Amino acid sequence: PLLSGSFRSNGVQPAGAGTCVQSNLEVVPAALTVPYVVSTTLRVSNNPVCLSVLRNEDLKEMLESNKESLKLEAMKRVVGLIAKGKNSSELFPAVVKNVASKNIELKKLVYVYLVRYAEEQQDLALLSISTFQRALKDPNQFIRASALRVLSSIRVPIIVPIMMLAIKEAAADLSPYVRKTSAHAIQKLYSLDPEQKEQLIEVIEKLLKDKSTLVAGSVVMAFEEVCPDRIDLIHKNYRKLCNLLVDVEEWGQVVIISMLTRYARTQFTSPWKEGAIFDENNDKTFYESDSEEKKEQTEAKPYIMDPDHRLLLRNTKPLLQSRNTAVVMSVAQLYWHLAPKHEVNIVTKSLVRLLRSHREVQYIVLQNIATMSIQRKGMFEPYMKSFYVRSTDATHIKTLKLEILTNLANEANISTILREFQTYVKSQDKAFAAATIQAIGRCATNISEVTDTCLNGLVLLLSNRDETVVAESVVVIKKLLQTQPTQHSEIIKHMAKLFDNITVPMARASILWLMGEYCERVPKIAPDVLRKMAKTFTAEEDIVKLQTVNLAAKLYLTNSKQTKLLTQYILNLGKYDQNYDIRDRTRFIRQLIVPNEKSGALNKYARRILLAPKPAPVLESAFKDRDRFQLGTLSHSLNVKAAGYQELSDWPAVAPDQSVRNVEVIEPVRVQPPHTEEESSEESDKTSSDSGKSSSGSEKSSSESEAEQKKKKKTKKAPLKKNKLTAGDRYGEVPPARQLCVQMFPVSLSSSRVCVSHSQQLIDCGGLFRVSLQVTTPSFGPVKTYELLHHMTGKGLSAKYHFPRQPCLYQPSMVAVQVILTNSSDHSLEEIHIGDRSPASLNIHCFNTIERLEPEASVTVSMGIDFSDSTQAANFQLCTKEDQFSVSIQPAVGELLMPSTMTEEDFSKEQGKLLGMNETSATITMATANTSSQAIGKQVLSVANVGVVSSSQNNVHRFAGRTVSSGAVVLVSLEQKESCAALLTINTEKSVMASMLLRDLKQALAQA
Amino acid sequence: MIHSLFLINHTGDIFLEKHWKSVIGRSVCDYFFEAREKAVEPENVPPVLQTPHHYLISIYRGKLFFLSVIQTEVPPLFVIEFLHRVADTIQDYFGECSEGVIKDNVVTVYELLEEMLDNGFPLATESNVLKEMIRPPTILRSVVNTLTGASNVGDTLPTGQLSNVPWRRVGVKYTNNEAYFDVIEEIDAILDKSGTTVFAEIQGVIEACVRLTGMPDLTLSFMNPRLLDDVSFHPCVRFKRWESERVLSFIPPDGNFTLMNYHVSSQNLVAIPVYVKQSISFFETGPCGRLDITIGPKQTMGKTVEGLMVTIHMPKAVLSANLTATQGTYTYDLATKVLVWDIGKLNPQKLPNLKGSLTTQAGTPKPEDNPSLNIDLKIQQLAISGLKVSRLDMYGEKYKPFKGVKYLTKAGKFQIYIYMFIFLENLMSYLLFEWLQCVLKHSI
Repeated sequence: PLLSGSFRSNGVQPAGAGTCVQSNLEVVPAALTVPYVVSTTLRVSNNPVCLSVLRNEDLKEMLESNKESLKLEAMKRVVGLIAKGKNSSELFPAVVKNVASKNIELKKLVYVYLVRYAEEQQDLALLSISTFQRALKDPNQFIRASALRVLSSIRVPIIVPIMMLAIKEAAADLSPYVRKTSAHAIQKLYSLDPEQKEQLIEVIEKLLKDKSTLVAGSVVMAFEEVCPDRIDLIHKNYRKLCNLLVDVEEWGQVVIISMLTRYARTQFTSPWKEGAIFDENNDKTFYESDSEEKKEQTEAKPYIMDPDHRLLLRNTKPLLQSRNTAVVMSVAQLYWHLAPKHEVNIVTKSLVRLLRSHREVQYIVLQNIATMSIQRKGMFEPYMKSFYVRSTDATHIKTLKLEILTNLANEANISTILREFQTYVKSQDKAFAAATIQAIGRCATNISEVTDTCLNGLVLLLSNRDETVVAESVVVIKKLLQTQPTQHSEIIKHMAKLFDNITVPMARASILWLMGEYCERVPKIAPDVLRKMAKTFTAEEDIVKLQTVNLAAKLYLTNSKQTKLLTQYILNLGKYDQNYDIRDRTRFIRQLIVPNEKSGALNKYARRILLAPKPAPVLESAFKDRDRFQLGTLSHSLNVKAAGYQELSDWPAVAPDQSVRNVEVIEPVRVQPPHTEEESSEESDKTSSDSGKSSSGSEKSSSESEAEQKKKKKTKKAPLKKNKLTAGDRYGEVPPARQLCVQMFPVSLSSSRVCVSHSQQLIDCGGLFRVSLQVTTPSFGPVKTYELLHHMTGKGLSAKYHFPRQPCLYQPSMVAVQVILTNSSDHSLEEIHIGDRSPASLNIHCFNTIERLEPEASVTVSMGIDFSDSTQAANFQLCTKEDQFSVSIQPAVGELLMPSTMTEEDFSKEQGKLLGMNETSATITMATANTSSQAIGKQVLSVANVGVVSSSQNNVHRFAGRTVSSGAVVLVSLEQKESCAALLTINTEKSVMASMLLRDLKQALAQA
Repeated sequence: MIHSLFLINHTGDIFLEKHWKSVIGRSVCDYFFEAREKAVEPENVPPVLQTPHHYLISIYRGKLFFLSVIQTEVPPLFVIEFLHRVADTIQDYFGECSEGVIKDNVVTVYELLEEMLDNGFPLATESNVLKEMIRPPTILRSVVNTLTGASNVGDTLPTGQLSNVPWRRVGVKYTNNEAYFDVIEEIDAILDKSGTTVFAEIQGVIEACVRLTGMPDLTLSFMNPRLLDDVSFHPCVRFKRWESERVLSFIPPDGNFTLMNYHVSSQNLVAIPVYVKQSISFFETGPCGRLDITIGPKQTMGKTVEGLMVTIHMPKAVLSANLTATQGTYTYDLATKVLVWDIGKLNPQKLPNLKGSLTTQAGTPKPEDNPSLNIDLKIQQLAISGLKVSRLDMYGEKYKPFKGVKYLTKAGKFQIYIYMFIFLENLMSYLLFEWLQCVLKHSI
């Protein structure tokens, strides 16, 4: 080894003298002199290997430095390298060290790097996992979500169990954003390890029940990827998905619509009447069907559409107005595959609109229209002009438009279309001109009235100067002539004259075939053509040679006197041709037509075989068979079954049980006794918890937590009946029975911020989980409603208000207030709005003027009031058209708070800062019923809108909040002494609030 | 869904790649390059291609190809729409979508792509939301960043995504509250050689620039909403209000956005603002032809036509053009055979005219191609359909915003077929046709 080592150094030194020595110098900074530094870049750039090594060294140094800005600069360069597709995997150890950086941009860039290279450097990647595990428990939902996102993107098989656990936890998170991320993670885990399928399906099942619009799209995507065949999971969620659809983000809409299309085809019966006209062109067969069949039809039960089927159609219709072309297309295909035939037309206008979009969009939409227009001309005929070709269109767009115009042609519009086609034939784009000629041919065969006109037009084109045009015309004329050969021997003669000038093989072959087929009509010309061919035979293309052999054979049979020698000459040439097809054909023909002892019986039939009348070719659309694919899919676009394509099943003859979609209807106003709720939700969760028996306990508790969540929502949603700002009222009307679902989602959305504080415990507490949740539940308990205006004083207008305890949408410093206005008079009240207020500086976000309130009707409106952290009443006037009533809202001190999230450590730290003047405490006596930790939580949360802080001591309870306006911290701690005594401490700089809060809490805890 | 994205410039260099799942080698692009070569023009590359193991879906924008790699069934429009959103976002951030700009901001673009998709499924595509996470670069900020080491990545996380108004962030504040709407209409028309309309329709769009404090709830109403034949909306518009009252009611996103697109169909008479008198003729003898074009105002509703420009794609045989214009300038590009006549403002008293001779290649037959004439124009302060905004009301906030509506009419795809005299040729075909008809009659 010693020897070889020295040998190597000896060998390399002289060879690398130019560049490598310099780079060595560069690595050892001590050896650097100033002029070297200046010139390094120049010299090094000549050698790419050295360059990358150098760069990496540089970057490594920068990444390991102490300066954030240097690290960031280095990471930016690294990401630049990744973007260019250059390898920078060597830097992995240096980069991973920065994964826990405080700088958000640096951290994000490290994530980018990690996701890109983790698969290659699995061992090193494991070093970063603990960082993510920690971040998964962060109180901030965005940090939890991004940790899960990166963790699940790291494709390292060894962490599959960790991912699985993280997904399960995140699926039960109270933040819908985190749940959405978990739905994405499901797909990633599935592609990494398909064996996890069963467990993942359980998570999907749980997430499908989610009522948040954020989650819906992503979980359906996961469903499509992992278990598209488990249609049974959809039943219970079908109506909810239909109702949520308009408010789901646009990408989710596409996925949900295509899944629901498949679902509907398996669950509903066909809306297309038995024997109805599916194909418009088939109406003859319909009328011809014998009377027996008709009788059957009348006897059959009249078709009644399943209300769920109707629901789907109704709820997707507004989406035709979406700006997202993919959404519009997916609704169009839904209508095409699911709607009764007379309703499909409503999609036409929107599809035509899409033709104004980008070129690529046009391409896909035109493909779909082409398929549609074959079956249903009527749909697009009024928009025919939208398919006129423009000179600026791309070739593939032109061809598709041509296809559609041809499909749309009928007796009435053919003259317009042909006039349009004439301009296209003159186009500079010769390939397009050729396609137009084929289209003319198709029109000619499809519409017998214009066959002659078309043929004449095509013959005119034979004198065109461009060869492609002429050749294409020849081919098309050949096909046309075949349909009615009797009349057109002149045209055949004309074409024979052209023969010498045409060089395109296909056209030459076509003319030869025509000569042979109708040789009896042109008895003088055909042998002459054959003579010419004999001269040039060897130089022709294969296809022309084959037709020459055919022509020779046919002439031999009809006119053997003149052509016998010619035929034999050609057959001899063919016998020694290089192409085996031609040799083969020659051998066959010779046996067939030249009688000898071996040929036997076949010879007698040669004439009947070769000169048999041949059926005319049918000129069909290239899109004829594309309807086997679902419209709008990749498979349809390529006309090939793509990987992962899900077949659209045929309608079932008998509809499967409809009741599977029924969901227990929950009364929106009356709060049900708790035990029945428990039962119902447990019932619906049965499958998941049953199958989850084998898995860990956390699985079970998470399913229970869902039940809890549900309960909260149920109790909550009553006062939230109508939130002015929800997007839920954007589209269409929702039938009352289904309103529930729509109303529920704003709850889950807007209360998300409140929920965050509790999610902390969800993750931390593990086993104690159930207990702690029960404590927090009452914070969502029945809300106290206060009277604002009595109907006696309000001349029939009565108003009540309550605090929904949500962050105010209008301004963060406002407290959200919901007011329920009821008209108990016998006439309708008009223009209800808020008038003057006092103090004048009072900052109120008013509700929109209510134009009209009918007798007995009531409406819930939300407003925001900035109380500036004081319990001073907000006075304002509630006005109708005729009257003004002074009213005031006086908030309880607890409503001026919002919950805040912190750990026990943070709590003590904050408490430490708020001692002395800022601390208020008292010993209180609690009612015996209130001594359990559960009851304490309930009472405290009913008084004040604070968050529970997890506690390691059993006898100490901590709650944290902030004031809404100024954001001052308010800490409540309660230390239980023996029996009913307890020390209640409140730490906050707002001492007035502290004392008021103390009084309220004392009172609440003393009550039984 | 979307597996990888490659950005390719017009010379065929891949200058950016991004993978959302495991890495796919660049060699997959070879199939695309093959198709690209076959197509000659970049516009003609089929948007959807199939390779043995992958599917390639591409768009061509700003001389760049955005090529995405797909592995399983997915609606192609889904991918195409997304790719255009990527291009839109880049344009929105950096002012244009070109190779240079992307290379200069490669890290920001990469961060954007990272946020826009998760595992190939779109996550945040609304530019307002993205701008909260990654701030677009400005000159001032980049100076500050280099001095202080601050970054473009927002340290606050987007709040809009969690509210029920995901397109708007909470706590927006402006000192000047303003809301501007631009009603822009484009005329698409095909006129035949005699000047009669073969096809005409109006495509309109309302672009909004709204900078308002708080959570304003706006209502925009029209004098004549029945005019609109087909509409599509930004997700913020409440569809129910439109259905019942024909007003646009919405909580606007913050900043610039497209409020709605509409279509005024050909059922209503579309006013054509200009007429064109033209003749282009070639003589059978001698290598020359003649061109004569005059443009005049037709239905301009008393407004001035500006930015008038005529583009003609000449037949390949035309070598040069020797013309005189009474107004504006003309250029003839020998390579692409495009004649552009830039006129400018149309003066109704003195109609612009372009006249002169064309030289064709000696020895080649007369051109038989049918060139068409494309017209470009602008009319300020006019929506050619007659659409008028009647009022804009704001609810939910107390201050008085500045409001403004601007109208603009443009020519979209405005084409006129040209009359082309090729004397002998036409005569011959006419004779041939007559002769054939005779023959055919006899043969029957």
